[in-house]
Amino acid sequence: MNLTIFLLALFDGIAYAALVFIVALGLTLIFGVMRILNVAHGSLYAIGAYATVALTGFFLSLGLAPALSFPLMLVAAILVGILLGGPIEWLLLRRIYDKPEVLQLLVTFAVFMILEDVQRLVWGTQPYFEARALQALGNVTVFGVTYTVYQLILLPAVALVLLLGLRFFLRRTILGKLITATTEDREAAQSIGIDADKVFLLTFIVGAALGGLGGALASPTTSILPGMGADMIVLSFAVVATAGLGQIEGAALTALMIGLGRSFAVYVWPEVAVLVPYLIMVLVLLVRPEGLFGSPAARKI
Amino acid sequence: MSAPLLETRNLMIRFGGVIAANDVSLKIEAGRNLAIIGPNGAGKTTFLNICTGWIKPKSGQVLFEGEDITPLPPRKIVRRGVARAFQIPQLFTEHTALENLLISAAAREGMRHPLRDLSRVPERAEMMHLLEMVNCADVAHRTVDELSEGQRKLIDIAVALALRPRLLLMDEPTSGVASSQKHKIMEILIRALAEARVTSVFVEHDMGIVGDYADEVAVWNAGNVQLRGTPTEILEHPDVIRDVIGEVA
Amino acid sequence: MSIHSDAGAMSRSPAEKETRMTAGTWLAIAGLVLLAAVPIFAPSLQLLVNLALAKGLAVLGVTVLLRAGQVSFGHALYFAVAAYAGAFLLAAWPGADLFVVLLAGALGAAVSGLLVGLFVVRYRGIFFGMLNLAFSMIFWSILEKFYHVTGGADGIRLPRPSVLGMEMGRHDFELVLFWLTLALVGGLGWFTLRWLASPVGQLFRTVKTNETRLEYLGVSPRRALLSGYLLSAVLCGVGGAIMGVAQGVVTPEYAWWIRSGEMVFIAVLGGAGSVPGAFIGALIYEFVRVFASAFAGDVWQMLLGGFLLVIILFAPGGVVGLFERVTRRGAAKGEEAA
Repeated sequence: MNLTIFLLALFDGIAYAALVFIVALGLTLIFGVMRILNVAHGSLYAIGAYATVALTGFFLSLGLAPALSFPLMLVAAILVGILLGGPIEWLLLRRIYDKPEVLQLLVTFAVFMILEDVQRLVWGTQPYFEARALQALGNVTVFGVTYTVYQLILLPAVALVLLLGLRFFLRRTILGKLITATTEDREAAQSIGIDADKVFLLTFIVGAALGGLGGALASPTTSILPGMGADMIVLSFAVVATAGLGQIEGAALTALMIGLGRSFAVYVWPEVAVLVPYLIMVLVLLVRPEGLFGSPAARKI
Repeated sequence: MSAPLLETRNLMIRFGGVIAANDVSLKIEAGRNLAIIGPNGAGKTTFLNICTGWIKPKSGQVLFEGEDITPLPPRKIVRRGVARAFQIPQLFTEHTALENLLISAAAREGMRHPLRDLSRVPERAEMMHLLEMVNCADVAHRTVDELSEGQRKLIDIAVALALRPRLLLMDEPTSGVASSQKHKIMEILIRALAEARVTSVFVEHDMGIVGDYADEVAVWNAGNVQLRGTPTEILEHPDVIRDVIGEVA
Repeated sequence: MSIHSDAGAMSRSPAEKETRMTAGTWLAIAGLVLLAAVPIFAPSLQLLVNLALAKGLAVLGVTVLLRAGQVSFGHALYFAVAAYAGAFLLAAWPGADLFVVLLAGALGAAVSGLLVGLFVVRYRGIFFGMLNLAFSMIFWSILEKFYHVTGGADGIRLPRPSVLGMEMGRHDFELVLFWLTLALVGGLGWFTLRWLASPVGQLFRTVKTNETRLEYLGVSPRRALLSGYLLSAVLCGVGGAIMGVAQGVVTPEYAWWIRSGEMVFIAVLGGAGSVPGAFIGALIYEFVRVFASAFAGDVWQMLLGGFLLVIILFAPGGVVGLFERVTRRGAAKGEEAA
């Protein structure tokens, strides 16, 4: 493997890891706070992508500058968070918090099924492609290897901003501390006056928006097809479980491992590339059963 | 004089800043009923946890019938003849009282009856008898999470006894049991233990029970045995009255 | 042996249990007889019912694990392993006997169940579910990518096996397969009920409620869980082998995670933890799915999703749970009247 291939694999891995992290971030945030593994997250990702393409296509056809794509991505993400995430939490999840984990998971699985058909109804089954945002930023050459600025710089930058921003938010701001308190002990938090219902709703909206943002950011890099949500959700699960449920830093590290693992595999042994995320998950959990950063639950008697 | 049934040597463990077991060396002879008393947080439950392998000491050993069982997990120690009843009863909450005992018997017997319905195993009569012994025969077919705390405590003890252990460790066996019942149950329990030649160690806060049913008393304080003797000696000891009984009263 | 899945049934006295059990048994027998009549009275439904029952066996595997409080999101692994084992066998020995094919499937499922099981029984809850998912996706990826061995996305065709030495025509073979499936459903269903009620099965079930006590009974919780896991893998595998033979082709989709999710869906639909529920759920699911996709092709997934939501929100005990509620109310009313 020469330097060029190595760098290509490295850049591929970083770009892919950034996307996976953003999606997994939303998933792990929701799980960390609400203890629900949101299967519908994959659909939110896909709808974020579709919405971005629709919005971008519309505005760009009006002759507006491609640079507008970026704020539109944020808009798409926020729309996904509020218009989809909000009702899902408020109408459905709220009713099942006291039910067994299995049922909660199945509710989000049902939502996933519904949203998959919604995508098909609204946008059809043909692939969409809207890469102007990607092209707008041009290329950069590093050590002789040319790569898009969008994938090599923007995506990791956004991922990093989100990682640090969320960490700061949860640890330093009042709202963040309220969320953390509710996560640790919902009843105790409620008894000191925290409106746990609002915290959960907010968390889910933010988590959903992050899923949508992942899709929005991914949309210029790939063609949008039915089933992209399904592909992404299983991958996100692998990241979240490997990292340790609710572990944000862990998710970043895991996304990087998986991104790099997969991209190097593509160049070295392509058949195995799809396997890599799951192999990593199995290997990590073999050694650390609670995930990389997870803490073992001590049994008390 | 034969080897002690249970022996600990220099057990040490700390949790954060607290030394929960401070060089505990103790010998327990077979056939005796040893009561462990002491203030809360003195390390009594920790001692039971270490003896049954639930937690590993930083240093020191636990020997059962002369064998070093320190590194073994609880299930292997149980297989060697040790059973435990807990401070908070550990029962199978979706099963009935009788089923809890039948499951205990099934664990003891192993694969003797592979496809027979649990409710029809030959040990059923023996388990009903155990339930009668702890005054819970009338709730045999009720799910344990419907029962009172006292009943659950008693069934927890019965589940442990169903294993036919040689050593029974009990953590506050009569707490939660109605006071009118306590003595009656302890009476029956101690007699059954004697008949079955089971040695018992029980943590207890009720000094009346300790006085009437223990053969020996060990006073626990700050992670170690401070005093040991007959109930009469211990219960009249000024330090004990000051530190332990005073606190309980 | 009871149609009721949970503690409620167990809290009655043995005498009461006897009468309830017989009622449930008669219902089950009636159901099987009714299904046996399908090729005679509704032959157009035969394949559908056959496939539904095969799926039901797979769901039964998931159901067994639910009794220990664990959910596997990767049981499609065993479904696929068994089906591909059958396919490889038929590729190596065309015209091999149907029983041998099914046995090969069951064996493949058992071996892979043991290997994966030894690993996953160390975990609980979400991790247990996700690890099973991971293993099934690893297998799926292998099936998809290693084209030369597995046929890739196109899969492998399964030529019709022989039956007891005889080559059969399509119509006859499908009839034999149907009744064999029904026999397996009855037999394996009965066995599972017996197993769950047996000492080993009960110890397995306690993993759900108190592993600490289980450990303090001298039993390894991992070993207890593994015993049920193996059973669940074999049940799932038999379902997969039957489906592969019935469809005549096996594809990587047999291991796809959505198929695993479907199994859990059906288990809950039928009545989580109920043995008859697995089959009732599978029949309902397949019928709804086929008719929904026939009449509402674009939105059948949405309909099923909505259906699942309704069940979870309003009838979380599934179909069997609803049935029990109704009969209990009927029994209570009977007592009132009397």
